[in-house]
Amino acid sequence: MVKAVRLAASRLGRVRKFFKGTYLFAMLVFMYAPIIVLIFFSFTESRTMSSWKGFSLGSYQQLFRDAAIMDALWVTVSIAVLSAVISTIVGTFASIGLYSLKKRPRAVIENITQLPMVNPDLVTGISFMLLFSFMGFRDGYFRMLLAHITFNLPYVIFSVMPKLRQSSDMLYEAALDLGCTPWEALKRVVIPDILPGIVSGFILAFTLSIDDFVISWFAADGVQNLSIYIYAQARMGINTKINALSALLFITVAALLLIVNLKSIREERAAEIQNRKVARKSA
Amino acid sequence: MKRTLFSYPYILWMALFILAPMLFIVYHAFFENGRWTMEYIKAAFEDAVYFKVLLRSIMLAFEGTLLCLLLGYPTAYMLSTMKKSTAALLSVFFILPMWMNFLLRTYAWQVLLGSSGIISRILSFFGFSDVLLLHTEGAVLLGTVYNFLPFMILPIYTVLIKLDKSHIEAANDLGADGITTFFKVVFPLSMPGVISGITMVFIPAITTFAISRLLGGGKYRLYGDLIEQKIVSDGDLGLGSVLSLILLVLVLISIVIMQKAEKTAGSEGGTLW
Repeated sequence: MVKAVRLAASRLGRVRKFFKGTYLFAMLVFMYAPIIVLIFFSFTESRTMSSWKGFSLGSYQQLFRDAAIMDALWVTVSIAVLSAVISTIVGTFASIGLYSLKKRPRAVIENITQLPMVNPDLVTGISFMLLFSFMGFRDGYFRMLLAHITFNLPYVIFSVMPKLRQSSDMLYEAALDLGCTPWEALKRVVIPDILPGIVSGFILAFTLSIDDFVISWFAADGVQNLSIYIYAQARMGINTKINALSALLFITVAALLLIVNLKSIREERAAEIQNRKVARKSA
Repeated sequence: MKRTLFSYPYILWMALFILAPMLFIVYHAFFENGRWTMEYIKAAFEDAVYFKVLLRSIMLAFEGTLLCLLLGYPTAYMLSTMKKSTAALLSVFFILPMWMNFLLRTYAWQVLLGSSGIISRILSFFGFSDVLLLHTEGAVLLGTVYNFLPFMILPIYTVLIKLDKSHIEAANDLGADGITTFFKVVFPLSMPGVISGITMVFIPAITTFAISRLLGGGKYRLYGDLIEQKIVSDGDLGLGSVLSLILLVLVLISIVIMQKAEKTAGSEGGTLW
């Protein structure tokens, strides 16, 4: 009787496991179907994804000779690096300064800082467009850079702020009392203490900038980053060279993320085994 | 030197690039060549087209959020019940697609849903030929769900893995079966994740403009498309600004509702103790 119940339970467990596996697999198919299509068509001879015309590495070879795509790639990457660096520096100093402000003005500034995070990208983009055309900024690259720095700043500030809250105010005062100049105290005491927040703010800023389409579309007057290039091309059919480029970028990121994660999983397992050994010994 | 000095460059930046641009939208909505005008406000509320498109956007965002929740909750739940290391790896696979440009992934759905695409071919193999998939409202909905699904899965997953397993054990010990435990214990405790998931899907969904153009073929314009068209194609800054402000108000209202919901969900969780 007990045996029968146990058998039924294990069978139910197996059914449940099968169902779970199928569901997650179906979800992953849904998530990856377009990505597989994009990578698949990067290996075709035809120029667009409308038809398959035999295997070829042509898109990959021509990719690096396509001036428009290389320009767009350069704009995307350089804006991401510049805007992340500038917003991290300005944002870190801003957080340190805001932290020592009085409560009322600090609350006001923090609320205004949240505005770009709450505001729909579409509205932010249009507001930049109106401002820049009023100010007479003609250079599209400069306009895009200013916009990206601005929408990155809140994310940097809200990554650094919690770290400041965790660290002690006394550290800075102590450093001053011990003869540091304010600059030295910052460099040697405060900044090392909040470094994790600064790094995560920088990474967040970089990824947001590299991924942006909507704000750039309105803010940059004519200059194209990769997203704008793709949106403009979509009317006529996207060239398979873009497939090749995004396949390369995607596989690089995928490899990096998997390496980092597998490493941490392996470390976790090693720690688990170590724990078990210790537990056994003490028993 | 006072430490507050460090924030001055940012405060200047904020005034110039966060506050001033918003004032420009308000200015363009209410002023024409320096003179007060109600013309654009009137136009935005009198023309039924704008209202119709707004309703369509709200409906689509609702449907998309609901579908994301129905698809995303089970995914997050299943991930959370797996072994820790497997779940960590699988959750990476659910984030990874976001690293490919969203316009490109949406464009790939154009290829998949097209009349000579794989899905049409499978359907015609089973006898359903000439089913129109692309340039339908369903295609726009699919694009919305596809693009925002990870934003539903992740917050729910993070809440579920942090959930104290002893609550579930206690429910089981007190005689609750699996389904009762789920609906009376697990789901209420995961409400904060559900609410932030809903916020993170609904708000971008209501303001999106590229997805509908790529998958709806211009037939199913959303509010975002309308604003983009007014500003970029027509150069009608006044009307575009009014429509932007309406969208902004709508977003602010939904944020306030979500925050209220989060508070009540939090207090409900609190009554458990």
